Amino acid sequence: MDRQRKLEILADAAKYDASCASSGSKRRDSIGGKGIGSAGGAGICHSYAPDGRCISLLKILLTNVCLYDCHYCINRRSSDVRRARFSVEEAVALTLDFYKRNYIEGLFLSSGIVRSADYTMEQVVAVARTLREEHDFRGYIHLKTIPEASQELIEEAGKYADRISINVELPEQKSLDQLAPEKNLKRTQEAMGGIRERIVEGRAERRDRSQRNRPARRTPKIYANGQSTQMIIGADCSDDDTILRRADTLYSGYDLRRVYYSAFSPIPASSSVLPVKAPPLVREHRLYQADWLLRFYGFGVGELTPRQGEMAGKLELELDPKLAWALRHRDQFPVDLNRASREQLLRVPGLGVRTVDRLLGIRRFGRVRLDDLAKLRTSVKKCLPFIITADHHPARLGLDSDRLRQRFLPPPQQLEFDFSEATPVRTAAAQEVRHAAASALTGQV
Amino acid sequence: MKPVATFSEWRIEARRLLESGAPPESVFWEDGTTGQCELFNETTSPALPEISEAEGGSIFKVPKAFFDLAEVISCHRDARRWGLLYRILWRIARGGERHLLARSSDDDILMARSFSKEIGRDLHKMRAFVRFRKVGVCESSGREQFVAWFEPMHRIIRLNAPFFRKRFTGMDWSILTPDDSVHWDGQKLRFTDGVPKSSAPDADSLEELWKSYYRSIFNPARLKLKAMQAEMPVKYWKNLPEAELIHGLTRDASRREHEMIERRPLKPRSRPKNAYLDQILRESGE
Repeated sequence: MDRQRKLEILADAAKYDASCASSGSKRRDSIGGKGIGSAGGAGICHSYAPDGRCISLLKILLTNVCLYDCHYCINRRSSDVRRARFSVEEAVALTLDFYKRNYIEGLFLSSGIVRSADYTMEQVVAVARTLREEHDFRGYIHLKTIPEASQELIEEAGKYADRISINVELPEQKSLDQLAPEKNLKRTQEAMGGIRERIVEGRAERRDRSQRNRPARRTPKIYANGQSTQMIIGADCSDDDTILRRADTLYSGYDLRRVYYSAFSPIPASSSVLPVKAPPLVREHRLYQADWLLRFYGFGVGELTPRQGEMAGKLELELDPKLAWALRHRDQFPVDLNRASREQLLRVPGLGVRTVDRLLGIRRFGRVRLDDLAKLRTSVKKCLPFIITADHHPARLGLDSDRLRQRFLPPPQQLEFDFSEATPVRTAAAQEVRHAAASALTGQV
Repeated sequence: MKPVATFSEWRIEARRLLESGAPPESVFWEDGTTGQCELFNETTSPALPEISEAEGGSIFKVPKAFFDLAEVISCHRDARRWGLLYRILWRIARGGERHLLARSSDDDILMARSFSKEIGRDLHKMRAFVRFRKVGVCESSGREQFVAWFEPMHRIIRLNAPFFRKRFTGMDWSILTPDDSVHWDGQKLRFTDGVPKSSAPDADSLEELWKSYYRSIFNPARLKLKAMQAEMPVKYWKNLPEAELIHGLTRDASRREHEMIERRPLKPRSRPKNAYLDQILRESGE
């Protein structure tokens, strides 16, 4: 089988992993080295596929042969896809060839499990080791780790890779038992705990150098700087609250950088154990928004979905989770933009972190007016009922009105969800700008 | 006043005008950009300006952040940038608005921020969409040689060159653009004039492999063309080898998705004999 055919099979096998991040590393470059590569600062998306997903890393499996039988996975042993395998040298050469042409930021390597977890993990680590040690490659490496692999191998992965990930796949063990019989949530979380220690160790080393006023190494002793994971949405019957609680546990207990949510989508060789119907893609988008609220907006996990009623545990699909929360907590509004704390401002629908910080800046020199919001390209229409400004009090808009919710629902014929899960916040912001542009400001004020 | 083409020229003029007390509305700035954007030459660093310690006793206090912003904005192609920068400088230095930069909803600041954002985006897109093509190996040094053609929106080559130097240190490369070109030989960056596109190589044997990757990583069950175009605008497509695939992939997506859904699901296959599998399942059961 030639290199091109192998690449087709092994890239096809890897595309269900949503992670594409290449940011968050300590800054480094290839000055003074014998090779190429730099990382740190903002990640770069070198291309975009027509599915709206960014192409930042060469995302491949080392092999798509697999012992496990996870029913949502195209590479499970029961699948009838063609199988292929890259040698360590082939994966290394391909990464370098692509990198030199500026197609990619680096490598995201994963693998089906052959023979045993340790055997597979050794191969995966060998690719990273060869890139770093033989070729002095200083670009980005993300290694998918197998939780069953030995701690020594996971540690070695952390030595070479910027990002390590283990996918929890499903939020609870009972779902795993049903759909991924070989996977064990406890074992996964234990492995994540091991990775976290490694990352802490790497950070301590870097901190130690900077405290002793030594320059940061251009090639760190330990590359590992973060771990992430992925959950599949809609393949089991877990509700959004269950998913978000698992995410929250992972963020707080295991110091994860990111939890990715991947809506289960049809695969070429589907399993009879799975639901036929794919979940709406917008559910994935709402989970990303809720995830952002947990991490950057000070929301607690229990606040994001209603506790009771028919929507208990579920995020609304029609409204973004912050707006939905505000509509359920109208007693906390209106918020006076000229007096409220940063924490309160962050809870106002339509105000992003950036806007909140700019408003605080404007407040130092004068009173915030609606005009300021419009200039900051905020969705004035969205926040209007919830705010007080120097020239606006929402009394007449009826925060108590039953019709308030109606105002925010999109007209049915325009229900078009066109979001990129890679950059949910920005897409949502763009959406809000469009809403603002469409609304006539006068008449509402 | 003679036309101003570079940040350092603007700086000299602006300082002179500021000291002579010429209000912004009395000054007409002519853009003298000819294709060169002279940035980061020796005269611009250290960044803290002479303006803050002007001779003759007049001291204008201007935050460093303003000059950082001005340096970036001077790469913009909009001819209004020089006047805008002087107006902001005047307001900060002589208008009693020392904290002007923090006033995010001020019209001048909004315009400046939008210029700087456009430059930032242009820098980022160049880092993303430059495509090197291999042209050979240097006989004397043994280093691989690559050439890229790129058409940035603004005059950002000099601003962006250090990024490429740090990333592709171990290979020789040139990036050619209509305005100017930059070359790296492992020792130092060299800048030359712009060239026509025909000067750049038109193929690389790796591009077929790259296109295979692009085709395979695409998931036809999640077609989102608009999201893709928002990040990779059509204007860049002509210099991206993979862009020629977009039309076909899009056209066939729904058929391919339909075929996936129509296919009869596969039954689970029984567990193969494998000591490792036996072991982990036993452990999970305990």
